[in-house]
Amino acid sequence: MQDAPIPATAPRPRSGGLRVPLLAEALLLALAVAAYFLFPYNLGFLTRILIMMIFVLSLDLVLGFAGITTLGQAAMYGAGAYAAGLFAIHVWADPVAGLVVGAAAGAAVALVSGLVLMRAHGLTLLMLSIAVAQVLQEVANKARDITGGADGLRGIRMEPVLGIWDFDFVGQTGFWYALAVLALVFVALRLVTGSPFGLSLRGIHESPARMAAIGTPVYWRLVAAYALGGGIAGVAGALAAQITMLVSLEVFSFALSAEALIMLILGGTGRLYGAVIGTAIFMAVHHTAAAADPFNWLFVIGGLVLAVIFFVPTGLLGLPTALVRLFRGSRNGRP
Amino acid sequence: MADAALALDRVSAGYGATHVLEDISLTVPRGERLTIIGRNGAGKTTLLATIMGLTRLHGGRIAASGRDITGMATHRRSALGLGLVPQTRDIFASLSVEENLLAVGRGKAGLEEAYAMFPRLKERRRNGGAQLSGGEQQMLAIARTLMTEPDVLLLDEPLEGLAPVICEQLMRVFEDIARDGRRTVILVEQHVTAALAFATRAVLLANGRVVHDGPAQGLHAQPGLLDRHVGVSLGHRDGG
Amino acid sequence: MSLIANILIDGVAYGMVLFMIAVGLSVTMGLMRVINLAHGGFALIGGALVHGLLTRAGLPYLLAVPLAVLGTMALAWPMERVLYRRIYRFGELQQVLATIGIAFLMIAGVNYLLGSSLLSIPVPEAMQGAVDLGFRKVSMHRIVVIVAGLAMVACLYLLLDRTRFGMRLRAAVDNRDTAAMLGINTGAIYAATFCLGAGLAALGGILGAELLPIEAYYPLRYMVLFLMVVAVGGLGSITGSFLAALGLGLVDTASRYLVPDFGTIFFFACVIAILAARPAGLMGRA
Ligand SMILES: Nc1ncnc2c1ncn2[C@@H]1O[C@H](COP(=O)(O)OP(=O)(O)O)[C@@H](O)[C@H]1O
Ligand SMILES: [Mg+2]
Repeated sequence: MQDAPIPATAPRPRSGGLRVPLLAEALLLALAVAAYFLFPYNLGFLTRILIMMIFVLSLDLVLGFAGITTLGQAAMYGAGAYAAGLFAIHVWADPVAGLVVGAAAGAAVALVSGLVLMRAHGLTLLMLSIAVAQVLQEVANKARDITGGADGLRGIRMEPVLGIWDFDFVGQTGFWYALAVLALVFVALRLVTGSPFGLSLRGIHESPARMAAIGTPVYWRLVAAYALGGGIAGVAGALAAQITMLVSLEVFSFALSAEALIMLILGGTGRLYGAVIGTAIFMAVHHTAAAADPFNWLFVIGGLVLAVIFFVPTGLLGLPTALVRLFRGSRNGRP
Repeated sequence: MADAALALDRVSAGYGATHVLEDISLTVPRGERLTIIGRNGAGKTTLLATIMGLTRLHGGRIAASGRDITGMATHRRSALGLGLVPQTRDIFASLSVEENLLAVGRGKAGLEEAYAMFPRLKERRRNGGAQLSGGEQQMLAIARTLMTEPDVLLLDEPLEGLAPVICEQLMRVFEDIARDGRRTVILVEQHVTAALAFATRAVLLANGRVVHDGPAQGLHAQPGLLDRHVGVSLGHRDGG
Repeated sequence: MSLIANILIDGVAYGMVLFMIAVGLSVTMGLMRVINLAHGGFALIGGALVHGLLTRAGLPYLLAVPLAVLGTMALAWPMERVLYRRIYRFGELQQVLATIGIAFLMIAGVNYLLGSSLLSIPVPEAMQGAVDLGFRKVSMHRIVVIVAGLAMVACLYLLLDRTRFGMRLRAAVDNRDTAAMLGINTGAIYAATFCLGAGLAALGGILGAELLPIEAYYPLRYMVLFLMVVAVGGLGSITGSFLAALGLGLVDTASRYLVPDFGTIFFFACVIAILAARPAGLMGRA
């Protein structure tokens, strides 16, 4: 059943034109602004959500669009965080310059590791991606003199954003700064995924063999997508370093990669919105459940993940369609 | 026909959402020798796979020996007496010849019988399944399915790609299997002459539908029918 | 000389533990084509059961261990029937997530019942001493682990190579549909294999508790380690798992003795090098 013919997928023009997507984006933005005014004492938490959304968006590009199954996206997040932190301490504490450095570091790690990783598949790819993050974590751990080792990188003091907005104690600047970067990343990803490059990634996801047959350099496209995703993950890491003024070894942790994956799957892959909504739901549930008991939280998230995978495989954004399908029913076990 | 060896009632089936077979009704009495003929891609393999429960059934019912087997697990169909020799032979490559035979069916009992039928396999018993020639692979595939003691034997293009001598040998084996009328044999073949000589009844399949169903002898009198639906005339394309 | 002996004995013992835990994972992953991140959970369950049987029920070690292994298999069976059977059909990504979810539930369950602290597994006195091998003393526990590991390799070899179950299992790995068509109940084979793998993991978890301590986070803490043994060995290959477990056990032990500061980096660098050169693993089918 492996060689079932794949339905031709000529890039469909997005139905509904431009108005509907813009509407949805405006709605999300409005929600973020509303959250700012509704939870003025939780700005730190809200900002963490925004940063996580950027990270999960980077994973959506790599996994949702290009179909690269990885459990090591934290490698690029961590690289961006350490690069931005070190840059701020030793070179220049300008936030935007730091973001660029973080992006470059994330992209560089992804590019170099991607040259090896993009030749692998399945379990091997998963293992390699995990191994890269673990090696980086151990390097950061051992290079105490530079990174602070297990104590974390401290002493990050940022200059005002664009020379105007100073980082304040409550976190207002941090919030708006993260929201602005998120919006920019979101729009950039919209453009990229709608471009011929993005469409070729979707094609590769569906059938690498067919894309190779029509002359697409599959391997290099995947390396490019991985590097681009790495750059965005680096931006997220850099933001986290600048706003929390601390980089710990946890930035490279397997848990971070795995959680990002769960957030993405909760919302649904390959849609960008899914990444945003899944992150919001996950972080909110985490905030309430983990406050009570961290193991309690594992019950909740374990059950939630299984429920989504088994009953709404397209993610919570696909819930309406899934419900409709439930009522129509289908015959026979065979696919 | 409650006790027909096999009865298909308005069966539609395919792979995933695609439909390959449309509205197939077919009743095969016990002990019959049936041949199914059709062009490449007509759906012959899909029909046999559907009988074994290996495709997606979109509609209709299937019964064997009067028992409804629609939706039954594949291995239970084998236990009920359906046996398929697949077109691709599918010898288990990590098993030796003897292990291929012992792994299925009722174990050691049928082994000597299988070796008596195909002495060549006995010589090769220790060889890996992957080291056999095409003819030997086909012998092993047939012997292996016979180990499950099928009442209904489904043969999917067993002569494909084999030398004429081996084809003749295999056809003699099929004659032996079908001789006393205990077993029902359904033979899918492109070697039309050999198939029609063997069978008493012939079904023509085109585009997933039954387009003709009648006595095998009758087809000789209607060469146009074969030409139209199968794209062969008697005597041509016939290695066996 | 004694350094080399230390590395060899500790490394081989460690490798045997890795082998016992990982081999079931490798066979199920090769057979069912499923990526299972929760496999370490069965080692945890085995360890937790034996902990309870020893410290709470006060059973003797030689009775508690087989009971814990059987108990783990008894838990694995309904899990296979209810959860994993469906997971086999999922895509890779869904398998990763579903099995992470299962691992979370196992962790939370063990914590709920036994708490999050280390679960001790007191071994009988006979296993505590050291044996004088002439040139040096070796802990009895290490010897038990190594002997058990070798016995397991031999049993698995006989099971797969010499029994009807082994033939049917290999047939189902080769071609599931054909095996089913020939009357082999592939679903039952899957379930049996899954339970066997879970039982082996439980045994490995119990015997290896001195090296990989049993606590609630066990499945996640060592998940990567077990999966790397499988990936390096090659999916579905018992020989591959054995070589990979032994090799990685030795590499890890040696690097901890020789370059203690860079042990982890060295270990992962080795894994990356092997997988980059042989993406299907040492003994995997490409
Ligand atoms: N595994 C499969 N998945 C999807 N389509 C298939 C598969 N096998 C066969 N088909 C399609 O089903 C049709 C009938 O094929 P088949 O039954 O093999 O024909 P025949 O055996 O008569 O040559 C063909 O169009 C073929 O492309
Ligand atoms: Mg065919």
